[in-house]
Parts: sequence; C-alpha cells; structure tokens
Amino acid sequence: MTPKSTQNPQQIEEHTVKRFDQELDELNSLVLRMGGLVQDQITRAMDALREEDPEAARQVIARDHVVNFMDVEANERAVNLLALRQPMGRDLRMIMSLGKAVTDLERIGDEAERIARMTIHIYEAAGSQPSHKLLRDTHSMSSLAKKMLRDALDCLARLDVELALEVAKGDAELDSEFQSALRRLATYIMEDSRNVGHAIDVTFIVRSLERIGDHAKNISEYVIFLVKGKDVRHVSPESLDQDFLEQA
Amino acid sequence: MITQASPQTEESMDTGKPAPSRTASIGTRSRVSNKALDDRGFSETVGDITVDQPRMQTRDVNVYYGDKQAIKDVSLDIGRNEVVAMIGPSGCGKSTFIRCLNRMNDTIEGCRVTGTITLDKQDIYDPTLDVVQLRARVGMVFQKPNPFPKSIYDNVAYGPRIHGLVSSRMETDEIVQRSLERAGLWSEVKDRLTSSGTGLSGGQQQRLCIARAIAVSPDVILMDEPCSALDPIATARIEELIDELRENYTIAIVTHSMQQAARVSQRTAYFHLGDLVEVGETNQIFTNPRHRLTEDYITGRFG
Repeated sequence: MTPKSTQNPQQIEEHTVKRFDQELDELNSLVLRMGGLVQDQITRAMDALREEDPEAARQVIARDHVVNFMDVEANERAVNLLALRQPMGRDLRMIMSLGKAVTDLERIGDEAERIARMTIHIYEAAGSQPSHKLLRDTHSMSSLAKKMLRDALDCLARLDVELALEVAKGDAELDSEFQSALRRLATYIMEDSRNVGHAIDVTFIVRSLERIGDHAKNISEYVIFLVKGKDVRHVSPESLDQDFLEQA
Repeated sequence: MITQASPQTEESMDTGKPAPSRTASIGTRSRVSNKALDDRGFSETVGDITVDQPRMQTRDVNVYYGDKQAIKDVSLDIGRNEVVAMIGPSGCGKSTFIRCLNRMNDTIEGCRVTGTITLDKQDIYDPTLDVVQLRARVGMVFQKPNPFPKSIYDNVAYGPRIHGLVSSRMETDEIVQRSLERAGLWSEVKDRLTSSGTGLSGGQQQRLCIARAIAVSPDVILMDEPCSALDPIATARIEELIDELRENYTIAIVTHSMQQAARVSQRTAYFHLGDLVEVGETNQIFTNPRHRLTEDYITGRFG
C-alpha cells in the first residue's frame, strides 16, 4: 500500500495481477462502446422518422445484429471473469453491474429497431402520410430519452453517483410525457378515425422511447450499486438521495 | 510470561446485568473515530465486533513477541454456533490472535499477552485456571495434519482418557466411534482402527485430527489453515464438516484462502499489520466491505 492511495481515496489501485485489470478494462470499454452504438441507433432511427426516410430505417434494423453480437461477447467476458478471477467486493459489483447494463443496452437496441420498423410502416403504408401534429410528441420524448441515455452512459463511464441519481429521478418526467402523449394520441383518433393506423404506429414509438428511459434508469442504478454497494432499484425516487446512500 | 489483564476490565465483562456503562465498554464502537488515521488510512476497527450470544470475548488484546508487537488492541466476540474466519496477509496477526484463544502462545518464549479474553465470561488468563482444561474446552486443528504416531483408535481415545472422560472400554469405543463419525471418517477407517494414524491420506489425517479435537467435547474449535495441505476434494469434505460441526461448536478459522473464508464462515474478520481492520457478516465483507484496506485485500490489490 503506497501513501499515494490515502491522499486520494477515490483512486483505485491496480490489482497485483495486472491481467485482471486489463480484462476488467476490456469488459468496461466493450460495454461503453456498445452504449455508444445503441445511442447512435436511437439517433438514426429517430432521424429516419423525422426525415421520412425508410431507407435509413432499414440500415438501423440491419445494424442491430452488431448490438446483439456485442451483448453475447460482453456476457461471455463477464462469465469468464467470474469463473477465472473469482472477483470480490467492488470488482464483483463492477462485473455484475456491467453484465446487467449490457442486457439493458441490448434492449435499447431492440427499441431502436422497433422505432425503425414503425418508421418504415408509417411511410410505406398505402394512404396518406401522418400529420406532423401526430409526430410532435415523439420529438420531445426522443430528446428526453436520448439525454437520459447519454447521462446514464456518462455516469457509467465516470462512475458518477451524483449524475446517476439525477438520471434515476429524471425518469418520472419521461413517464409523464408518455402519459400525456397517449392522451393526445387518443384525442387525435377521436377527432378523425382516419388517424387510427398512424396513431397505433406512433403509440409503439412513444412506448419504445419510454422504455429507453427505463433502461437508462436501470443503468444508472447499477452505477450506484457498483460504487456504493447499495441496491436502489426499488427505492422510491423521493427517498433516493446522497443521504440515503451514506446510511450504513 | 503472561501479563495479567487489568481487574477493572475483567469486572466490566463479568457483570451479569447489562449496565449502561457496560454497553459503552464492550458495545459496538462508534463509527465516527476520534483517533487519527495512520498512513494506511486505519484508525480503529470498522463494523460490529459484538454478537448477541458470545462464546468468547476478547477486549483490547495486545500481543508482543519480545519488543515486537504482533497484535494491537484487538476486540472481538466469537458467537455460539458460528464460524468466524480470520483473513489477512501473512504477518497480519490472525494466527497469533487465534492462538491466544487457547493460550497456545504461552509456549512461545518472550510472548506477552495483555487485555482480556473470556470463555463463557470466565477469564482464560486467570492464573488459577488449568490450561490443560482450557485446551480441552478450546481445541485446535493445525495447518499440517499431526496425528500421533499411534493407532487411529488411540489418536481419538487419547484426549478422553487423559481428561478422565471415560472409565470403561465400552465408553471409549463409543466416544471414538462417535467422534470419527462426526468427523466424517468412520466409514473409511472402521475396519482398520488399530492401524497407524500416520498411514492415512492427508485429508483423512486432518479429519482424524478433527475427530481427536472433538473427542473431548470442546466448546470451541480453533483451526489454523486446516486445508492448506489438502487437495480440493479433501478440502471440500473438511468444509462440509465445518458446516456440520457449527451446529454443536463455535469455530474460529484462520485461512489464506479468501474463497474458503467466504464459503465456510458467517462472520469474517480482516487483520492487517496487527490491527483488526474490519469485522462483519461474511456476505457484506466480500461484496461490500466498508474499509479501504479490506477492499484492497479481498480484491487482490495488495502488492
């Protein structure tokens, strides 16, 4: 133990077995790369929707297998680490958290694919194009969901508990946006029954965006578990704060 | 040379009724430390050193080998029917600590023990106490299996005989069989009880030593790295045995294998350079240790 470590309690010392550090780093960076990829998938899927571009949506769908491949790869690495290194303490929490984050990222990838499919459905269906009014909620929800995902990946990369708490609490806003989007969609259907087909597609899209927020929230909760050793998944947002985390 | 524990401390531990002052003297130590951190970031033990039903209690135990201090102010309860694991790097004092619990350190020249250690509230360093009787109540199993160069039967019968626990051949037979059964060795040796204990395999020898330790019906069994000379299968059998013995005995085990500590114990105590750094539920110690030194050790970060 070097005196250096006491000067900076946040700094994590290296393992005696250097290869272990390397393997943990590899898993970590794989998960973050996967995060970057699904972020890009969401952005492209939403761009395709906004720009009425079914071709771009097809590319999103085609790329989902890369996300799946990374999911399998990360899982394998996590299992190998557990079996071969017998991690304890923070290392164990890190591997468990990354392993779970991967599952959420894979699901986010699936949501991007679903949005892309709906986009193709909307623009290639026979009949009229949807009114812009119908799509308005998807844009505001998309920027919220993307921000949550960006913040979740940020706090995972920096192990920033403060930011993780913010993300976990921020999910409520997206949920209420989702509820009002549903109410508006119901109104459009009642106004003009020709809207029904598109309204259903849009419902799926806002539903996907809401789910992305849930997954981002999960990831931020894994970060809290990783750093603080506390499972906060079922703690109410009101009582979830720094004070709660400091309680033994 | 054993320095007697101060009578005042002893009195406070012997009080039958829990007075408020007693809580202060042997209760959980405050987590907010008033001691300064040393350069390792240590000030005092983290976690609850007490248990509801202590079998043994140690308070402010210091051990010196000549001028060198091997253990500093270690206070820890060892509960009934629980396995406590002591872990820590070499030279951290974990073996020294469990050797205090049945006064094995008496035999070491220049070793001095201060503080209070009680077994069922009785001071085990009381000069009027018979050390032989103490060691019958607090048995020990060592790193290397050390059966006597006698028959398997005599290895187990030796303790009950010298302690006068048996008066007839029949009683002795019974105690030998029961002890070997409890140690999970009976079926393997029942047809060759007269052959030498040293002729058994390493794992069998260690189980024979455990049978020998439990033959005198101890309250506490101390184990100093009991599996370090055994293969994984023999180790697993000993670990299974430890789990079974827990029903009837209190067990303190020193181990270099953290996985073993994790597998067999309910509480874990982490020692570093003579200090008891952290005590806690084994689950907590291995998934979410509170002290930085514990974290570094269990995750393999000590150079």
